[in-house]
Amino acid sequence: MSNAQTSVPPPTRTATTRNLGLIAILGSVVLALLGLFFTAEDVVQGSSVRIMYVHVPTAWVAYLAFVFTAVCSAGYLRGKKHSLNLDRLAGASAEVGVIFMGLTLVTGSLWGRLSWGTYWDWDPRLTTTVFLFVTYVGYLAVRGLGGTQQQRAKRSAIVALFAVIEIPLVHFSVLLWRSLHQEATVLRPNGDVRMDGLMLFSLVFGVAVFTVIFAWLVLHRNRVLALVDAVEMRGIDAALAARHAEGVPT
Amino acid sequence: MSASRIVGVARAVASKDLRIEWRSRVMTNQVLPFAAIVMVLFAFALDNDGILQRVAPGLVWMATLFASLVVVQRSFAVESADSAIDALRLAGVPSQGVYLGKVAALVVQLVVCEAVLAALALILYRVNVDRHGAVLLVTTCILGSLGIAALAAVYGGLSVADRGRETLLPLLLLPALAPVLIGATRATESAFGSDGARAAEGWPWVGLLAVFGAIFLFGGTLGFGPLTDE
Repeated sequence: MSNAQTSVPPPTRTATTRNLGLIAILGSVVLALLGLFFTAEDVVQGSSVRIMYVHVPTAWVAYLAFVFTAVCSAGYLRGKKHSLNLDRLAGASAEVGVIFMGLTLVTGSLWGRLSWGTYWDWDPRLTTTVFLFVTYVGYLAVRGLGGTQQQRAKRSAIVALFAVIEIPLVHFSVLLWRSLHQEATVLRPNGDVRMDGLMLFSLVFGVAVFTVIFAWLVLHRNRVLALVDAVEMRGIDAALAARHAEGVPT
Repeated sequence: MSASRIVGVARAVASKDLRIEWRSRVMTNQVLPFAAIVMVLFAFALDNDGILQRVAPGLVWMATLFASLVVVQRSFAVESADSAIDALRLAGVPSQGVYLGKVAALVVQLVVCEAVLAALALILYRVNVDRHGAVLLVTTCILGSLGIAALAAVYGGLSVADRGRETLLPLLLLPALAPVLIGATRATESAFGSDGARAAEGWPWVGLLAVFGAIFLFGGTLGFGPLTDE
């Protein structure tokens, strides 16, 4: 079954991905210009607010990636065909998600250092983010355990669904934990944020651009993973053919 | 698959596991001394009687988590040795039964471990437990162990069923056990009366532990079979 699904490697280059790549590059340039030059400084935060134009989109992409991984994993388990392509999409998406979650943590702590005066605060959202990061690092480790492709797919799909159950529980319990122990919240710049029109536009624009980058990365990574699987199957086929050629019944 | 058959298999697996532990004495000769030395090392690291007394609940549960890693690895090493798990699979018994049996045996071992750790906390860290606190403490230990065991059996089955995967267990298990650590520590704080907490304040956390245990047990019952079926 796995042989049939991987024997024809998909093309590594299509018009769609090329256009997506172009949009991503152009969008990134425009976002950089908007974020660094055209938007104004924040009244309270000064220039450090510019980190937000990267921080918020990376966080968005990470969450999007993990949701996508869960959807693909559920699709793999539910589908009668047990499509390996869905499994590879889940894996590709999780890889991208882990990278962007890492970026979110880095940009977030840099911003925190500037705005709160500390790299880290035991805020429920921050704490859950770290757990998400570690959980999906674990998920990627499970993907690398070996075995047949269908074994890998089934195993990682179940672990991905477990991760989906765990994360709300972790978030909920951290929320309770903080609500009891933290009397004064660390200085949070004005609760109701009023945003300048261009700032808001840049933020939304950043989210859109990063979503395109996510799609581009996942499509390419998915193709690479398909090729890796195909190479593995070819290796097995070649080994079988060699045995046949030797005249040994298999 | 009838429920009584699942229960029968679970009982058989649990009693087999506990019999192996009883005869091999790994629990008494290795795991409990390990847990005890962790408690002593905490005292070296923190080096302050007042602080120790205050953070004793957290230390008890951290030591429990460390010990649980050892216990779970042991529980599944027994299965992977001589391909015992393959024999179980070939026997055609329901995987839910195997899972529930493993969980039950793990709960018993963890509760024993926690009892020793709590006793050590009483002696070494000089915490006090009144009668109300004792009831709360026992309930917390049982439900906390259930949460740990329910999840640990799933990831244990995944990561220890094969050689060279042991390092994966802490990475998968510890982040997922954060809710249990939080709930159990808070409940134990109330039982110990740390920081002036009252025993009554601990019961909502026990409820939380019960919810976690139920969710993980349900998920594990569904997921264990496909995960270990290789």
